[in-house]
Amino acid sequence: MSIPLSWYLILAAALFCIGLFGVLSRKNAIAILLGIELMLNGVNINLVAFWRYLDPVRIAGQVFAVIVFAVAAAEVAVGLALIISVYRRSNTVVADEIDLMKW
Amino acid sequence: MSVEQIIFVLTSLLILGSAFMVVTTRKLVQAALWLVSALFGVTILYAMLQANFLAVVQVVVYIGAIAVLFIFAVMLTRKELRDQGSQTRSNWWIAASLGVLVLAGLVSLIIGQPAFNRTAEVIPAGVDTLRNLGTALVSPDAYVLPFEVASVLLLAALVGAVFIASRKGEEK
Repeated sequence: MSIPLSWYLILAAALFCIGLFGVLSRKNAIAILLGIELMLNGVNINLVAFWRYLDPVRIAGQVFAVIVFAVAAAEVAVGLALIISVYRRSNTVVADEIDLMKW
Repeated sequence: MSVEQIIFVLTSLLILGSAFMVVTTRKLVQAALWLVSALFGVTILYAMLQANFLAVVQVVVYIGAIAVLFIFAVMLTRKELRDQGSQTRSNWWIAASLGVLVLAGLVSLIIGQPAFNRTAEVIPAGVDTLRNLGTALVSPDAYVLPFEVASVLLLAALVGAVFIASRKGEEK
């Protein structure tokens, strides 16, 4: 293991920022969810790298990553169901045009 | 550079290139396929970090379930896909500069921290991380509560997704 910890952290930061750019810049609601997936993966890389480099015997980092997996799966399922439901009613997936609840 | 470092650099190029294509490509089906490629790169990283269980879960859950779900959703909303025309908002440069700013801040924070230059020590012999993970997830003095809460969350998401996406509510 001759790789410094900071390499993993910088890679995770770059992945997170690319995901952030995707979330903020895309029009399509599904593409926004894709960006969120990238951000979650960046966070998971951080968690696992800290687990391996700082405390490999106790397992807290991996448990946290498993919970993040579960939350990501739930988030995608509900998010895509919402998008499909909105698409059926108002025939659009563009986030700007979904302004039903805008005051 | 050692072999591991070369593998790491190649993997990170794969991940970052795929991630960049995810956020910039026009066609959403292609974006979802690039996401699969990025997730596969993350799997390689987990294997390099000796988190074997997470590497398998990444393939099964992320690539096998979440990415396929995305492709289904893209197909179901096909009419509105509008492959021609801009896929990004007009003020995308604000998002880009915000991303670059956050990245610069994080990188300067990481580089300024000498503790992060450490390399990993070998996992002591006789420590089975997979067994530790399994017992930690179900033992009452470790993480059984978050584990059970996660299962309730998944059940709630399952029921909620079926309810939201079903057609019944519209007929009223």
